[in-house]
Amino acid sequence: MQSVQFEAPGTVEQAVALLAGATGDARVLAGGTDLLVQLRSHMVDPALVVDIKHIEETRTLVRNADGSYTIGSAVAGAEAHEHDRFAAEWPGVMESWDLIGSTQIQGRASLGGNLCNASPAADSVPAMIAAGMTANIAGPGGRRTVPVEDIPVAPGRTSLANGEFVVSFNLPARPAGGGDAYLRLIPRTEMDIAVVGCGVALVLDAGGIVTSARVSLGAVAPTVLLVEDAARAIVGTRLDDDALAALDAACQAACSPINDKRGTIVYRTQVAGVLARRAARIAAERAGSR
Amino acid sequence: MAKHHVTTTINGEPVEFLCSTRQTLLDVLRDELNLTGSKEGCASGDCGACSVMLDGRLVCSCLVLGAEAEGKSVETIEGMAEGDRLHPLQQNFLEDAALQCGICTPGFLVAAKALLERNPDPTETEVRYWLAGNLCRCTGYDKIIRAVMRTAAEVRGEAS
Repeated sequence: MQSVQFEAPGTVEQAVALLAGATGDARVLAGGTDLLVQLRSHMVDPALVVDIKHIEETRTLVRNADGSYTIGSAVAGAEAHEHDRFAAEWPGVMESWDLIGSTQIQGRASLGGNLCNASPAADSVPAMIAAGMTANIAGPGGRRTVPVEDIPVAPGRTSLANGEFVVSFNLPARPAGGGDAYLRLIPRTEMDIAVVGCGVALVLDAGGIVTSARVSLGAVAPTVLLVEDAARAIVGTRLDDDALAALDAACQAACSPINDKRGTIVYRTQVAGVLARRAARIAAERAGSR
Repeated sequence: MAKHHVTTTINGEPVEFLCSTRQTLLDVLRDELNLTGSKEGCASGDCGACSVMLDGRLVCSCLVLGAEAEGKSVETIEGMAEGDRLHPLQQNFLEDAALQCGICTPGFLVAAKALLERNPDPTETEVRYWLAGNLCRCTGYDKIIRAVMRTAAEVRGEAS
């Protein structure tokens, strides 16, 4: 167990220089709700911890003039809740964030941390993917923007290169007729790790027909999945029984879960289909109510 | 490695301390500053016994690095009573027997105070969800919830 250098830079450039210049393992600190547990249990032994919360861009949640949002990677769920329009416009993203931990955890836990911890069961990630969010990454080579689904590559591993970190996220303007929802199954009422999570975002036209959709599943594969076949199963439909059955089947076909104490492979696979049906219905209700 | 020199405000008083990177805010409060009211239950953010306010937000101090407290305001259970006068929540926890062994109590009090400051008229469900990150293995929670609900009513000026 080595001593750990701690830095709290005020700019993105300083953070990148620190992360890129580290001689050993370097860890980004946002809300710390995963990192501090990992430090304490010696799952990680970094030479450097970089607290990114003194960088303004990581700490602000802004609704832009076009209705889109820029969400700092270190903004906590409790802070997002206090925004006057965010939760109403993207209830699925907000409810996924709300499901992470207790009041105390929600005062700290961030979307950037939830994504980059790269758990396949991360609650906010299916909702972010369904909503079409992208991540703004800074690194030694400059900035790049990638879809959220391209960041986790395996449990605990991301596609971020050495010296890179997620500064913020882009969330598109909620389209007219758009709605989103996130559901997860756990064996109790709250504060557990998802057995399955499912995010759905869709757009209905004036006649109630689904014109576009994104469906994402968590905890049923090594990474959170964007299930394009599931979206295709409902686009062009009114979410009638046949469409929902096709959605269910496409989600089940995408699953490759593990057996563990929270659920068997068979159970997780079936639940993925059920949650997708329900989340799609909720997203459609929300789309229709606006 | 040199220790971090941290300047912070704790319960309204300016405080300076030295800590290593690995020391959590809870470690600093208990081991460096002798503020032992905040308890270590799980050290993983599950039990809430170390709850404090950090810049006005309820957090687990076991999940905050001591170094992160630089320039911040921290409120702990030690700042809850005013001299010998207990906070109404503290008084009602005593009167309603909302504690047995007492390890969880500082965390419950800090968390409940944060709730009532934000929402003076919570439903029982809101109280239960807000306090769900505070674990108690003695009381079965019922007396805690009743003490919080009664305090809320009293503070609102309603007869309990």
